[in-house]
Amino acid sequence: MSKKHTFSMGGVHPHDSKISRECAIEQLPLAPTVYLSVAQHIGAPSVPCVAVGDKVKVGQVVAQPGGFVGAYIHSSVSGTVKSIGPRQDLAGRMSTHIEIAVEGDEWLEGIDTSDTLITAIPEDAKAIVEKVKLGGVVGLGGATFPTHVKLSPPPGSKCERIIINGCECEPYLTSDFRTLLEKGEQVVVGAAILQKAMGGVPCTIAIEENKPEAIAHIKEVIARLGYPEMEVMSMKMRYPQGGEKQLIDAVMHRQVGSGALPISVGAVVQNVATALAVYDAVQKNKPIVDNSVTVTGECFPRQANLLVRVGTPLRYIIDYLGGVPADAVKIISGGPMMGRAVANLDAATVKGTGALLFLTEAQTRRAPETNCIRCGKCADACPMGLEPFLLNKLAQAKDTDALEENAAQDCIECGCCLYSCPAHIPLLDHIRVGKGFVLSAIRARAAAAKAAAEAAKQ
Amino acid sequence: MVNMIIWTIAVVTALGLLLALVLYLVAQKFKVEEDPRIDEVEKAMPGANCGGCGFAGCRAFAEAAVKAPSLDNNYCPVGGNETMAKVAAILGYEVKEKAPMVAVVRCNGTCEARPKVNEYNGFQSCYVKSLLYTGDTACAFGCLGCGDCVEACQFGALSMDPVTGLPVVDQEKCTACGACVKACPKRIIELRPKGPRGMRMFVSCVNKDKGPVARKACGNACIGCGICAKTCTHEAITVEGNLAYIDPAKCKLCRECEAMCPTGAIHGVNFPKPLDKDAIKERIKARQQKAAAEAANKADAPSGATAPAAAVSAKVKEDKKDE
Amino acid sequence: MSKLLVSPSPHIHSKDTTQRLMLDVVIALVPAVVCSVLFYGWQELLVLGVSVASCVLLEWAITKYLLKKPSTVGDLSAVITGILLALNLPYTTPWWVVFVGAVVAIGIAKLTFGGLGQNIWNPALVGRVFLLVSFPTYMTSWSAPKGLFGVDAVSGATPLGAVQEGLMQGSSVPEIMSAGGYDYSQMLLANLGGSAGEVCALALLAGFVYLCCRKVIKPWITLSIFATVALTSFIFWSVDPSRFTDPAFNLLTGGLILGACFMATDYVTSPMSVWGGVVFGVGIGFLTMMIRYFGSYPEGVSFAILIMNSVVPLLNRWFKQKKFGRK
Repeated sequence: MSKKHTFSMGGVHPHDSKISRECAIEQLPLAPTVYLSVAQHIGAPSVPCVAVGDKVKVGQVVAQPGGFVGAYIHSSVSGTVKSIGPRQDLAGRMSTHIEIAVEGDEWLEGIDTSDTLITAIPEDAKAIVEKVKLGGVVGLGGATFPTHVKLSPPPGSKCERIIINGCECEPYLTSDFRTLLEKGEQVVVGAAILQKAMGGVPCTIAIEENKPEAIAHIKEVIARLGYPEMEVMSMKMRYPQGGEKQLIDAVMHRQVGSGALPISVGAVVQNVATALAVYDAVQKNKPIVDNSVTVTGECFPRQANLLVRVGTPLRYIIDYLGGVPADAVKIISGGPMMGRAVANLDAATVKGTGALLFLTEAQTRRAPETNCIRCGKCADACPMGLEPFLLNKLAQAKDTDALEENAAQDCIECGCCLYSCPAHIPLLDHIRVGKGFVLSAIRARAAAAKAAAEAAKQ
Repeated sequence: MVNMIIWTIAVVTALGLLLALVLYLVAQKFKVEEDPRIDEVEKAMPGANCGGCGFAGCRAFAEAAVKAPSLDNNYCPVGGNETMAKVAAILGYEVKEKAPMVAVVRCNGTCEARPKVNEYNGFQSCYVKSLLYTGDTACAFGCLGCGDCVEACQFGALSMDPVTGLPVVDQEKCTACGACVKACPKRIIELRPKGPRGMRMFVSCVNKDKGPVARKACGNACIGCGICAKTCTHEAITVEGNLAYIDPAKCKLCRECEAMCPTGAIHGVNFPKPLDKDAIKERIKARQQKAAAEAANKADAPSGATAPAAAVSAKVKEDKKDE
Repeated sequence: MSKLLVSPSPHIHSKDTTQRLMLDVVIALVPAVVCSVLFYGWQELLVLGVSVASCVLLEWAITKYLLKKPSTVGDLSAVITGILLALNLPYTTPWWVVFVGAVVAIGIAKLTFGGLGQNIWNPALVGRVFLLVSFPTYMTSWSAPKGLFGVDAVSGATPLGAVQEGLMQGSSVPEIMSAGGYDYSQMLLANLGGSAGEVCALALLAGFVYLCCRKVIKPWITLSIFATVALTSFIFWSVDPSRFTDPAFNLLTGGLILGACFMATDYVTSPMSVWGGVVFGVGIGFLTMMIRYFGSYPEGVSFAILIMNSVVPLLNRWFKQKKFGRK
């Protein structure tokens, strides 16, 4: 009997609903216009470096990093820049978008658009990280943290293992699964490149057990390509197995401390799609211009995994597949546990868009809230070992000190608590507010300490 | 049996007296020496402990007032000038009378004028809603309607109107403590002077989108056209970021801006007579004609000006009618 | 197309509801209810019926007319309180006494605190203890069960009551046991006098196992109660078997099994964490044995549970679950 690899506390078991798993990735035809947001990653928004009227090609830089934690943004189409200005994102908030009217599909010179697999890994780690930066690669697991920053750990910290996250623990999502099946070789080469970038460390590709075909295929690819110290680990099917901290706990049996980064326990975690993007950036000079998006939902007539150019309007994708179904009441960008409900269908996709999920009234409308019966199911479900029933009350009472004592800032907003509450209490809604209070207090304290230190120096 | 009763009474009484003595001695020994004026000032305070003064309760205000050299920075909005006069008397300070303020809800995006474009299904709190997105209407700035302001008000001065979906301020109960201003994540509520006999003017909109966008989202929006600023003869109105703002210090309550506003975004409240748009528009037209005529006159040679004079006297008559 | 729904994540929910959890508890109580009706007859059915009906009716009436809130009867917690209250009373309890118990249980112990989830003490136990103190004759005269189709009853004491009386009169425990003809198999399958819930330990344990399998309750509170009772009585009994009853006797008599399985594990009045639950169970077990051995009441489970209920907020503060990434 094989040991089931999984994280040590909490977790829930929603039905995995991978109804789109048999859908091979297909190219979405180009939309007539794309809108590239300059704020599609963690860190400073990028600064546009093209002007209205400029002609651009696919893969051409259109915005440069706005700070150390920032990323390049490349045009995902060829055409003319029509405008650079504020536009609403999927939550209705304004951010600067570069509007490009599509003309043809001309790629920038130097990008290798062929399918040839390049398995030779560059030797120079610094050069790899530079290429990753120039490719505008950000974490495609949803967090969109600039990858080149993750691959440049602060001095004194050492990476001991790369973990490639192929868990895709959110129900309904299958784009990573299809990527593993159809582009498994590129993913493995990408993982090897990451190994080299971090100085030649072991690599574990973690895949949940509900994807046996992917596990088998990747094992075979690793054996065939022969990269050293690379293994596949089959993970127990459990949400949030793909959460960064939970995955490190399951693979390396080390728990990342509160407020600390994974590198502090020697781990660097990258999503499967990010590993693919690293391969493209380093071996093919191809920056991020597209990503795989699962379009799914029981009420959606045709399941699909589409290869979508960054900046494609959501409405275009939905119309291509037949329009919004009559009984769909909620459209989610991402998975049902941590995805964001779309309020504005005119918004465009960003690098981190991984799925469009359609849910019916019965599946998603919240039941009315009743009294807390102190059953403790929320605390049992919390993968960070928190006590949501307590944090809920503290957040409503705005007791920042008690919230910090009870570790509200450790919350990863996975949604397990709200999912499991029999009284349908909107726990996470309140805990998010409480987490915000604590993080502001922590930031204020750090700023005050910094100011005091500066004053002391003078 | 009787013995037992007598003994019981005696013992319990003795115990009570002993404990009372102990309590008294302890209270005397551990008494905190405080300026007795703090207690006097605290008695004069309204005792609402609302925090509107910026201190943590009425006692904290009393302590601060006694310590401070003057009452310039310490004002109790709930007690108002009456309470401040009492405090000033106790401490022997001078206090300036401040104009009473009131909370004003600067949004008129009613359910009718500002249709909903999606349905919010999260916890009914404006703050939670504002963290998620810009709202369930096409206006990204307007009232979210979940009533955080109503919850925050300790004086029961705010309530949600079920028909309009907007909060309503009861100006009698409002003490201008500022709790609702802090509670509103969209910064829609502003503390403005109550005005003479309660009359005040304000722009009931905080939308900074361009005119056509704002108008499409809400029929009552300020479109930033600037007509009000041009009309105002008291330089009270500024337009910034597609939004007009009336400075309450300069506003003379003539209501000309309200008459000229094309969307009805400017509101005047508590005026005894209803707004006579046509009369005001006539008055403005006459004034503008006169100004144009004077400018023309300055350019030409001076000539007899009977027409302008007639226009001036007509305007003066109409002004008198309005007041 | 109708308007889209927008809410913060998560957007799906498990099938658990308060009502489902309560329904599982009701189902778990069914074997015990059936057994008690079979053993005690139609009078037991009356007690059960009056208790459940009063609790439900009172909750509906009080929420509707006094509290002016929507009725919470649908979540089945009043039904459970009714069943547990009835199982804690002798089957000969008059219907109006049962009703008074329901008034105290629902009206005072539950709704004055704010309804479901807000009470400190177990409502059924509060009701029972109130009746014990107010109507001692009804509550302490036991009749031997006559079954659903039985013959006339004979008044007598419960095993615990008999032991206590016997000890006061100077007999030793083994003498009392043989005089009463108490037999462990009898206690397990219960053909003895006692409150309706003391009968049929097997039926109660079956319900407990069902709840554990359905993941409605966690076993550690119950198991720590049993362990503590067994250990404490073992220690005392080893020292002086003539004065102290043995572990098996203590585990099987009184409302211990009912209390440990269904009353101590009530969500609202028990601690949230594992260690908190263990300490809670140890406290209940220890206090039960102290009251049984040295107190003036023969039965200690109800009081022990109520006392430990008071300590629960402190236990919740002291014993929190281990957080990820922290020592």
